[in-house]
Amino acid sequence: MNRPGDRAGARALGSAREPGGLYAAPSILWLTVFFLAPLAIIVAYSFMTPGARGGVEWTPTLDAYRAIANPTFAKVTLNTILVAIGATAVTLIIALPCGYYMARSERQTLLLMLVMIPFWTNFLIRIYAWIAILGNEGFLNDLLLALGLVDESVRFLYNRGAVMLVLVYTYLPYAILPLYSTIDKFDFSLLEAARDLGASKLGAIVRVLLPNVKGGILTAFLFTFIPIFGAYAVPLLVGGTESYMLGNLIADELTKSRDWPLASAISLVITLVTTIGVLLLLRANGASTLGGSAGEASADGAAPEPAVGGAR
Amino acid sequence: MERGGEKQKTVKGSDVVIEHVRKSFGDFKALDDVSIGIRKGEFFSLLGPSGCGKTTLLRIIAGFESPEGGAVLLDGKDVLGQPPDARHVNTVFQNYALFPHLTVFENVAFSLRLRKAPESEVKARVAEYLQLVELQAHASKKPAQLSGGQKQRVAIARALINEPSVLLLDEPLSALDAKLRQHMLIELDSIHDKIGITFIYVTHDQQEALSVSDRIAVMNSGEVLQVGTPQEIYEAPATDFVAKFIGETNLFEADVASVSGETVELRTDGFGPVKVTATEPPPVGSRVSWTIRPEKIRIGLEEPRSARNGINAVAGVVDEPIYSGFQSKFYVRAPSGLVLKVIKQHADWSDEGPEIAWKDAVWLSFSAEDAYIVEVKR
Repeated sequence: MNRPGDRAGARALGSAREPGGLYAAPSILWLTVFFLAPLAIIVAYSFMTPGARGGVEWTPTLDAYRAIANPTFAKVTLNTILVAIGATAVTLIIALPCGYYMARSERQTLLLMLVMIPFWTNFLIRIYAWIAILGNEGFLNDLLLALGLVDESVRFLYNRGAVMLVLVYTYLPYAILPLYSTIDKFDFSLLEAARDLGASKLGAIVRVLLPNVKGGILTAFLFTFIPIFGAYAVPLLVGGTESYMLGNLIADELTKSRDWPLASAISLVITLVTTIGVLLLLRANGASTLGGSAGEASADGAAPEPAVGGAR
Repeated sequence: MERGGEKQKTVKGSDVVIEHVRKSFGDFKALDDVSIGIRKGEFFSLLGPSGCGKTTLLRIIAGFESPEGGAVLLDGKDVLGQPPDARHVNTVFQNYALFPHLTVFENVAFSLRLRKAPESEVKARVAEYLQLVELQAHASKKPAQLSGGQKQRVAIARALINEPSVLLLDEPLSALDAKLRQHMLIELDSIHDKIGITFIYVTHDQQEALSVSDRIAVMNSGEVLQVGTPQEIYEAPATDFVAKFIGETNLFEADVASVSGETVELRTDGFGPVKVTATEPPPVGSRVSWTIRPEKIRIGLEEPRSARNGINAVAGVVDEPIYSGFQSKFYVRAPSGLVLKVIKQHADWSDEGPEIAWKDAVWLSFSAEDAYIVEVKR
């Protein structure tokens, strides 16, 4: 990605040494201070003994990792994976046609505005709005009761369904935007070519559109799956005990049990699971397009042109 | 796959009849009551400037647009209700529209895969069609690794592998450079000879259309102006537009002075009396447009001896000689101020005439048989 910088730098400095590193210095500094150092602290904490009132005592132990190996933790992890996969899948299934429609529409600016309007309101306030709609005395129940469709309030909230619904709602724009920007660059005459060669409407989309917007789909997946996997506020506010997720577990260990090493160990597990998942996906997708699609979804998500000679 | 094509050994493909087709985009009339009959196995060109409706007509035949009225008949059957995938017609797109995620092999195999042809058939057929376009060596490449001409050939193989009865070509050579275009044109022609199906070829390049077509339809502003062989279109244009659009020409107006058989004497505005030919001579006194091609005019320094009746002679001065290698073009101004274009092929050893230069006083002569009445104005 910073190859042009390399060349420009070589010319500017006229030195024999590769000066590219200099240009990367700000981002290296940023990543070190705000990512690598905290990560190192978390790793270190996870191998220590919990302090009496939070914090750690610097006595090395594997207690935190032994504590992870219990059924409660496995149950929460499984629930987290299910919710994350389910909510991501639903989000993508809704986002794909939305992105397609936006790319083909003549009123793209308006539609883009509509997708982004939710960002103008605070995330927590939007969750509370869902509570106001779905609650036992919420808008939806009032409506159902008034229409006589139900006799008593339906319990919409505090279960896994509510968590999924609000997660999908929250992360839909993050999936629509990269999909829209990728599909917008797609050459729609390819769909006509597919129809011409005998494909049905759906066949043309499956065989020609989807493979060519793979990069956008991957980006949309990463933009939704990773934050959902670490979700905390949504399951806390609209979930019940059965929809408890890893994010909530970490918060509880930190604030209630005051077991910082265990919280650190759990968050490392989340980091590890998502990293491995992302790497596998990237590999399956052909590694060359990864940096571009994850890093610059809006500008580069498509990566439709495989580098000549780079085909596998 | 039906094997109907193989039974008729000589002529394959379908005839295509377009009847009173109309299509507008908003206020813009893309096609205004267009009717054309295209014969089985014909190499038929739709020729016209951009925006004349030729591509719209092609897209209607392919099934990508539906007209507001009229009919499109393939072998007598109206296909307008059928979606593109149901029509036995394939298209070579202007920008090739190759699938970037598939190799050359899989691009060509696309329609076979769609109907789940067995692997052995796919291999054999793709090999056959890659050989037809001489791309066997590139089967495993992706489109991005191909040159423009190679992409074009993949597009042709991909469209032909389904054995369509009509192949539609939408300005297939416009993205290629001039030399390659000539080469691909000859290749297209030989593929047409080998396959023998109907080709409908859309182009704005009159040179392309003239050199490969069996017949041409010249279109402008959503109307068909003339349908005919290249010779007919070039030698006897039906309208002023056709005369000006096809090749270079001299086009003037004049009044009909007298008529004898197919020879008409005109009272021209700038050259005195001129004899021309008309298959259906207009009545004396009509206002007409007439044309003479620049290469049909002889240019010389001496007054031609009117050995034969029906040779017209006009005197003038060379206004502008333009040398272009194998030929020269002269703009010759008659005393009246009208300018005639003349093209002279460069001399071989037998030509002893002197060089003609700027400001020379010259004589132009042309036969009445080469000059035509194009339109009768009133």
